[in-house]
Amino acid sequence: MLDTKQNIGDFTAPQALDPWKGIKRIAREEYFTSGHRTCQGCESAQVMRLLAKAAGPRTIVLGSTGCMYVANTSYYCTPWALPWMHTQLGSSGSAAVGTAAGLQALMRKGKMTKEPINVIGVCGDGGGADMGLSAISAAMLHSEYNLLIMMYDNESYANTDIQTSGSSPYGSHTSFSPPGKAHRIMNKHWKKNTAAMIAAGHPECKYVATVVSTNPLDTLNAVRRALSIGGPTFIHSLDPCPKGWDYDPRYSHEIGELAVATGIWPLYEIEDRKIKLYGETKRIAEGKLKRKPVEDYLMRQGRFAHFNKDDIAYVQAKVDAMWQSWVIPGVLPFAAADGAAGTK
Amino acid sequence: MSIAEVARPAAAPVPVAKRGETEALVSGSEAVAHALRLADVDVITAYPIRPYDTVMQYVSKLIADGEFDCDFIVAESEHSQFEVAKHASAVGARAFCGSSGVGWLYAFEAIAVTAGLRLPLVAMVGNRALDDPGAFGTEHNDALAVRDLGWLLCWVDTAQEALDTTLIAYRVAEDHRVFLPCAINCDGAFLTHSQAIVKLPSKQLVDSFLPRYDRGDKRLHPDNPVTIAPQVNEDWLMEMRRQNDLAARHSRDVLIEAYADFNAKFGRGGEPFIERYMMDDAEVALVGMGTLAMPVRVAVRNLRKQGKKVGFVRIRWFRPFPSPELQEALAGVKAVGVIDRDYAFGSPLMGGVLATDVRSALYPAKNRPKVVSFIAGLGGREISTDNVMDMANTLLDAAGGGKVEEQDSYWYGVRE
Ligand SMILES: Cc1ncc(C[n+]2csc(CCOP(=O)(O)OP(=O)(O)O)c2C)c(N)n1
Ligand code: SF4
Ligand SMILES: [Mg+2]
Repeated sequence: MLDTKQNIGDFTAPQALDPWKGIKRIAREEYFTSGHRTCQGCESAQVMRLLAKAAGPRTIVLGSTGCMYVANTSYYCTPWALPWMHTQLGSSGSAAVGTAAGLQALMRKGKMTKEPINVIGVCGDGGGADMGLSAISAAMLHSEYNLLIMMYDNESYANTDIQTSGSSPYGSHTSFSPPGKAHRIMNKHWKKNTAAMIAAGHPECKYVATVVSTNPLDTLNAVRRALSIGGPTFIHSLDPCPKGWDYDPRYSHEIGELAVATGIWPLYEIEDRKIKLYGETKRIAEGKLKRKPVEDYLMRQGRFAHFNKDDIAYVQAKVDAMWQSWVIPGVLPFAAADGAAGTK
Repeated sequence: MSIAEVARPAAAPVPVAKRGETEALVSGSEAVAHALRLADVDVITAYPIRPYDTVMQYVSKLIADGEFDCDFIVAESEHSQFEVAKHASAVGARAFCGSSGVGWLYAFEAIAVTAGLRLPLVAMVGNRALDDPGAFGTEHNDALAVRDLGWLLCWVDTAQEALDTTLIAYRVAEDHRVFLPCAINCDGAFLTHSQAIVKLPSKQLVDSFLPRYDRGDKRLHPDNPVTIAPQVNEDWLMEMRRQNDLAARHSRDVLIEAYADFNAKFGRGGEPFIERYMMDDAEVALVGMGTLAMPVRVAVRNLRKQGKKVGFVRIRWFRPFPSPELQEALAGVKAVGVIDRDYAFGSPLMGGVLATDVRSALYPAKNRPKVVSFIAGLGGREISTDNVMDMANTLLDAAGGGKVEEQDSYWYGVRE
């Protein structure tokens, strides 16, 4: 086999982080502790907590601007017990590459003790799927470094007062897409399909997963799997955000569950080019569970309160199409064109 | 700062018998690449843009040939290029990057935060005109755009100076009293692409001058779980800005120390902040940065042959700005002409960036000379000896009581 690692220096093995079998087996130690100032019911903060716990103490975290910086990481009351550094809004990919490259060069040249150190770049949907997409894409080509990009997706530029991003869902009410008298729907695009795009377009990326922190064990184990596989890896987490989505904070978990149960947020892992649906998504795909109507999810959130029957029907039809006509249901949005050599 | 604190050259350079140096015919960019090899840089990030990117072509060849061990990353944009280098520096790796023209501005955000973070990144700028319209030639506005952010900025004149200054830059930037990034400016084409015989020092000699980069208790590492750059707001930002201000001030002393040591160990290096050319009895002086020194020196020699007392001060370090040195060097002079290879539209007295700074540095000086702003050589246009002789004659005229425009700039070589 061709040695693609030649001339690119040492490949430092990643940490071996075994999956935790059952919620009772997870580590007790917390590396994301008190001090953050995020909203009550903030699922993104929960994702940070799970991420830090799963990765453990020999980890460096780089966080791009957004709620998980501004609201989360304040001087004199940082919640991070791990080494943490801010990076610019579009730089989570570059921050992870630079950190991993620095560590690897220093270790290879004998200027630092050799040991596997997890490097995690954290970004929001705005910082990751919009502004930072090119840097993340570049990071995903660096097979010589072990790095994980964790994109926490609260479906808006939340920190700057909930503006629409490429990951905001169709029609959602944000401070840049308010429903008005002339235009009920201001945000007309369908949500960007980031995880699948990263997986499909980056041959060096060995692991991509979608998660929701309503399933903490799966989320923890996805992080541990990504870090153990090594090379560049990517996790996309859907994070209910009470402020931006406009619901009572106590329902965060429930809304996360509904995102999966309605088929809007499919859960999957892609490892070594093989896809595995998991959780309720798997059961939906196997026909063991019927998808709930999207209305159950939409109508729980103030950001969709202006939707009429047609809007709900439109979203339902788009979600149905995801499951009925995509090459890989819920993941890859291609259907075989009529008469073309399709896969079906 | 008083004139007494002006940095003069250390004792006359002592040539060291066995420095183990070799000589090679190299361009300015290649000279910098050799300095990076000698400084054992750990992480280098590249992105293509003319003319700076020649340095990266030499670096990649040195790596490919096994002469240099570093992580070489070709980024997908200058923004990422500078961010990657910045983060490598934060974990304690010696890092390098660079750019030119609009590439440098594409990285502006990363450039700004690198200074805020006090990370001692060293960069090379191959000075280039900013688009639009497109032009490859040299102009200093790219690097000058960042002049107030805390970056140490120097302009070099020769390939040898480019190599030597790269070594000095790491020493000063990485000094704990400073911890600021530093950009070495090389005029596009005139220096990046022209070859000269350069002394390549031995690794041993370089090691005796340049200690290892030690990030100390600011290093980002699991053994040191600090939080770097948390949100501070108005509660703390003012104190932090003040720390950056102090660091920029300290860089002066550290530069003076570094040049003294460099002179002693390498037998060259000269005076840290400025180069004085035929200034001892000068009545008028030209001031400028970078490779325009060549036509200026020729013009000064020609004028000296005609008995005209003209001198030249080449500013080597633009940040920290050499106010004490300029006040001292230009004290007895009647008229000073600052040649800017840049523009500053709408600036005070319509002068160039350098002229504006020189004028404010001279304002508190006793017997301050007349200051005249000359704009020349934009977009890489040649600054001819004739241009410079004409500038000098304008100054001589003013020195003799003739009328000179001090409230505006003179543009040279413009087709009207
Ligand atoms: C270059 C740049 N542009 C704009 C901003 C302003 N800004 C700060 S946080 C933020 C929102 C980021 O959104 P996202 O990445 O989704 O994170 P979230 O706030 O939702 O957690 C923006 C736009 C910035 N910090 N930097
Ligand atoms: S706005 Fe949303 S993401 Fe931001 S802190 Fe509040 S709940 Fe969390
Ligand atoms: Mg967001």
